[in-house]
Amino acid sequence: MSSIPSNSRWPARLDLLQSASGLALALFMWVHMFLVSSILISNDAMYAVAKLFEGYYVFGRSYPWLVSAAAAAILVLIMLHAALALRKFPQSTRQYQLFLGHKNRMHHPDTTLWWWQVVTGFLLFFLAPMHLFGMFSQPDQIGPYASSYRVYSTHWPLYLILLFAVELHGAIGLYRLAIKWLSFPTMPVPVMRKRLSLLKWGMSAFFIILGLCTLLAYYRLGSTLQDQPGERYHPVTQSQCPTNSEVLS
Amino acid sequence: MTQDSKQRIPVNESEPNSRQLTFEIFRFNPLDPGSEPHFDTFTLEETAGMTLFIALNLIREEQDPSLQFDFVCRAGICGSCAMLINGRPDLACRTLTQALPSTIRLAPLPVFELIGDLSVNTGKWMHGMSERLQTWVHTETEPDLDAMEAAMEPALAEQIYELERCIECGCCVAGCGTAVMREAFVGAVGLNKMARFRLDPRDERDDGAFYELIGHDDGIFGCMSLMGCQDVCPKALPLQTQLAFLRRKMAFAGI
Repeated sequence: MSSIPSNSRWPARLDLLQSASGLALALFMWVHMFLVSSILISNDAMYAVAKLFEGYYVFGRSYPWLVSAAAAAILVLIMLHAALALRKFPQSTRQYQLFLGHKNRMHHPDTTLWWWQVVTGFLLFFLAPMHLFGMFSQPDQIGPYASSYRVYSTHWPLYLILLFAVELHGAIGLYRLAIKWLSFPTMPVPVMRKRLSLLKWGMSAFFIILGLCTLLAYYRLGSTLQDQPGERYHPVTQSQCPTNSEVLS
Repeated sequence: MTQDSKQRIPVNESEPNSRQLTFEIFRFNPLDPGSEPHFDTFTLEETAGMTLFIALNLIREEQDPSLQFDFVCRAGICGSCAMLINGRPDLACRTLTQALPSTIRLAPLPVFELIGDLSVNTGKWMHGMSERLQTWVHTETEPDLDAMEAAMEPALAEQIYELERCIECGCCVAGCGTAVMREAFVGAVGLNKMARFRLDPRDERDDGAFYELIGHDDGIFGCMSLMGCQDVCPKALPLQTQLAFLRRKMAFAGI
């Protein structure tokens, strides 16, 4: 193959990195939602998830800094994805006018969805770091009571907007990744796109509903804790989960 | 509508339920300093099997001879009559008025140079794109014009022919959010041509050579997969398949 100069290789690398970082983040957010929604099973289940990420089941004791490290890694991944995605944003008033005029004329679903990806992506530039800095700076404040208190007392508007922004941005992004990279030789393109689109809307709806139920569960639990700020959860099954004194020791 | 046009469109007896169509047509003559961009309204009575080609010719013949629009083949082959029909690019000659609401808004394709009213210079854009992407068979050896042409597998010939069906009408460019925003983007028509020459065994360029032509943000990596091209292509070319294929090949060649 004729040689490609090193400088010319960057567009390919950046395109792959944008797709790969988006794929990793979207899948992480789905796993994250399942983990967070453990509160719908029981307080003990959510407590066990929190302890899992503090390394308790591996090391025999909790290391909250592991959560800080994970939050920092996710923030770096978001920064990378945002820097790469910014290349695709309209770059001037003229480009915004041209694209919005085109979108409003065409009434074309995939074109309109891209605009929603731009809007939700822009929101996430600001909202995701707000949440992540909390996780980074107070990693020990994750648990049935601590999280519920935070949701009820201050954070529920942030989490509500984050939920819609993430679940729309992620599902649209995964749909676009499939269209961007995959060929479907056994099926006509319109049929496959219709199925992928249905799957995309289904995933968004499923995770938004799961997220709303989860948020409501934290909110309701938090409303019962207003007189006890800083109250920590004591698991019912003592043999499987550490006590607060163990965590703090 | 004039009395004359009523005489020439005898619809009322045979088609009592025919619709009155309202056409809102973009008007602007860039060569006339006094011309301002605006929409003119025309009305016509719909006839059976009426296409926009028929309707526009009736308007020009009977209501406004200065109306500019392009047609050659009337059969969806030449690609001259592409325009925005109620906001979406399509070929006017293949669009039946019965498939549209009674108010039809016609505008020239964006991106391309406006000649006047609905007429745009797609040829100039296509020529520039072809020169940039070098859309012809490249070979190191001088072809022997007296020799028998090398045989090609029928399946491969079919594959190439499928992509060669592109008529360069410009619909995919006008339907693409990226092309509308970024004038240097080569569009699905250019990328489809690259896919076509990459398939052709007579073209001796390898993926490194193709990467030099389209391995950048105005080429395959500029495509944001909005799929406007796929959805408006009047020839129903498999553009998504080709774009994804090229993206994989060029990403692999470039990393």
